[in-house]
Amino acid sequence: MESLQNVLAGFAVVLEPTNLLYCLVGVVIGMLIGVLPGLGPAATIAILLPLTYGVEPVTAIIMLAGIFYGAQYGGTITSVLLRLPGEASSVVTVLDGHALARQGRAGTALGVAAVGSFIGGTVAIIGLTFLAPLVAGFALDFGPPEYAALALLGILLVSTIASGARVKALIAATIGLLLATVGRDAFTGAERFTFDNLSLADGIDFVPVAMGLFGLGEILYNLEERHRAVQAPGKVANAWPSRKDLRESSGAVTRGSVLGFFLGILPGGGATIASMAAYAAEKRRAKDPSRFGKGAIEGVAGPETANNAAATSSFIPLLTLGIPANATMALMFGALLIQGITPGPQLVTEHPELFWGVVNSMYIGNVLLLIMSIPLVGLFVRILRVRAAILAPVTALITMIGAFTINNSVFDVLLVVVFGAIGYLMKKFGFEPGPLVLAFVLGSLLEDSLRRSLLMFDGSAAGFFTRPISATLLVAFVVVAVLPLVRSVRGRRTAGSGSGSASGGSVQNREEESV
Amino acid sequence: MESTAVDPAGPAGALADDAPPSAGPVANLAACVVTTGVGVAGVVGATALGLGTPAQPGAGLWPLAISVAMVVLSLAQLLVGRRGGDGEKFSRYSWLSLAGLATLLGLVALLPVIGFEIPALLLSLVWMRFLGGESWRSAVLYSVLVVGVLYGVFVGALGTNVPHLL
Repeated sequence: MESLQNVLAGFAVVLEPTNLLYCLVGVVIGMLIGVLPGLGPAATIAILLPLTYGVEPVTAIIMLAGIFYGAQYGGTITSVLLRLPGEASSVVTVLDGHALARQGRAGTALGVAAVGSFIGGTVAIIGLTFLAPLVAGFALDFGPPEYAALALLGILLVSTIASGARVKALIAATIGLLLATVGRDAFTGAERFTFDNLSLADGIDFVPVAMGLFGLGEILYNLEERHRAVQAPGKVANAWPSRKDLRESSGAVTRGSVLGFFLGILPGGGATIASMAAYAAEKRRAKDPSRFGKGAIEGVAGPETANNAAATSSFIPLLTLGIPANATMALMFGALLIQGITPGPQLVTEHPELFWGVVNSMYIGNVLLLIMSIPLVGLFVRILRVRAAILAPVTALITMIGAFTINNSVFDVLLVVVFGAIGYLMKKFGFEPGPLVLAFVLGSLLEDSLRRSLLMFDGSAAGFFTRPISATLLVAFVVVAVLPLVRSVRGRRTAGSGSGSASGGSVQNREEESV
Repeated sequence: MESTAVDPAGPAGALADDAPPSAGPVANLAACVVTTGVGVAGVVGATALGLGTPAQPGAGLWPLAISVAMVVLSLAQLLVGRRGGDGEKFSRYSWLSLAGLATLLGLVALLPVIGFEIPALLLSLVWMRFLGGESWRSAVLYSVLVVGVLYGVFVGALGTNVPHLL
């Protein structure tokens, strides 16, 4: 049982004092930014990337992962108390969570959400423990054609499943791919799009792009949004859920765990979609759906469980295939690359201490978060009293100084500001920055694999279809690309009669519209 | 609760009924023109790099493929988004973001010349007092505090090479 030994060795890694400390720091930061509306986990991870340079890879990822799943816990608090989702993945929690708060049952909602999050997270870690090595073993045989197809499919899925305008998301992805080509071509040595600028010769660094688009872009955007003042919330009474509450929500928690786990694995999936799908599922199977929106506890338990399960399981594609499933995972990918580790199927066997250390740190992180969410919830609610006007320059300055420390270069700081402006404009014009960053991260892998494949197949694209896995992935790519077109044409034809199709996708769309 | 839809200062959030107005058709047109332009520039640049053959791809083949996709998608978006519907209109508050951007550029310009302390202090003051509406007293107090803590963390504790005066 070599693998069992590795799992146990992973616990030894987690229990090193440094790693425990960084795990705690990560989940506390995650919880804080989850509570604070505005900065999301992607922005925070982007801003803090330079700080991970000096630490061990496993320690860095333990902290960044803690920020990500910690934010799922924290995001609930403002949804329930202020009707103001701290995170996108807690938007649906607003519906019933805030209704419960207005009935004086805020503590119940928060308690059930915390317990659900804990169970969802734990179930997903166990799933991750068993599934990830299997997937990685399967993927060991992947060659360039499989990777090219996988990367293409991943970028397409992330762009089309993203909320908002699909074509715009795809345009953003192409911009990301184009940015990735800047610098010296690895095959021919030609300088591409460098405009004879020495700073661009080695290509554009991932970190300034991510820090700008996610971090500074978000900060600039919030400057404008700040006039939407936040009221300080009242005191939260007891957040311990009663036995009755737990019994009523146990079904929703179970379903949310399973649903969230699977939606998290899919490229383009993740916490936000999982929470919405779980809400839709709970509402659909309820005997009396009219209770939803008026304080149904399942409407809190389902989504909050699912978003945590998905946040955890979305590590699977990253750690086993080297393909990030969403924008935050793209940042993790970047963080690993900085540390000199290329995520992929070899990760489990070549760096077992990293893989199992990170996975097992999530158990500890979830326990810490449960403690912070139930007995200490009042403490975090108080964070909301810190005014955004004071917080904004702090985050901006940390970003700027952090950007300088990457390579001790002012050019990098300038890049961050430029990409910050681009990120702000993208938000204003309805382009998602997520697909851009993801495509940028995967760009060189995609080009490399494509060109290697073409060399293998002697220039014939038909070669991709001679290999079962790349063929399947490409067929899936075509289906995903074409299906929305077919659906929109059909939808336009039936629009006169006013009846929409009741397939899974449209249910989700309706849910998105309703929140 | 219904009143929040018309009251911009209410506890608004990411909820649809409180969302700011969408950017409209002109913004869509402008965005598509820009991305089409980038795509066309990409096509030109990629072609200049040399395309090679499918069996021996040159440096420009892949950038060309992406640029063509960008142009096609941008033209499609021109049609799809002609009625607008996403994005956000610029408001008078957008000046705050622009001012913020200007101070950031100022910081970049001054950083290598006089170190980070003074530019950071000024940026923090401007953001708190003018962009955030804090009182002078709290803006000065918190700005000094913030720069002090940043100095302690980045220069003292982490020992980074960020340019500093002291």
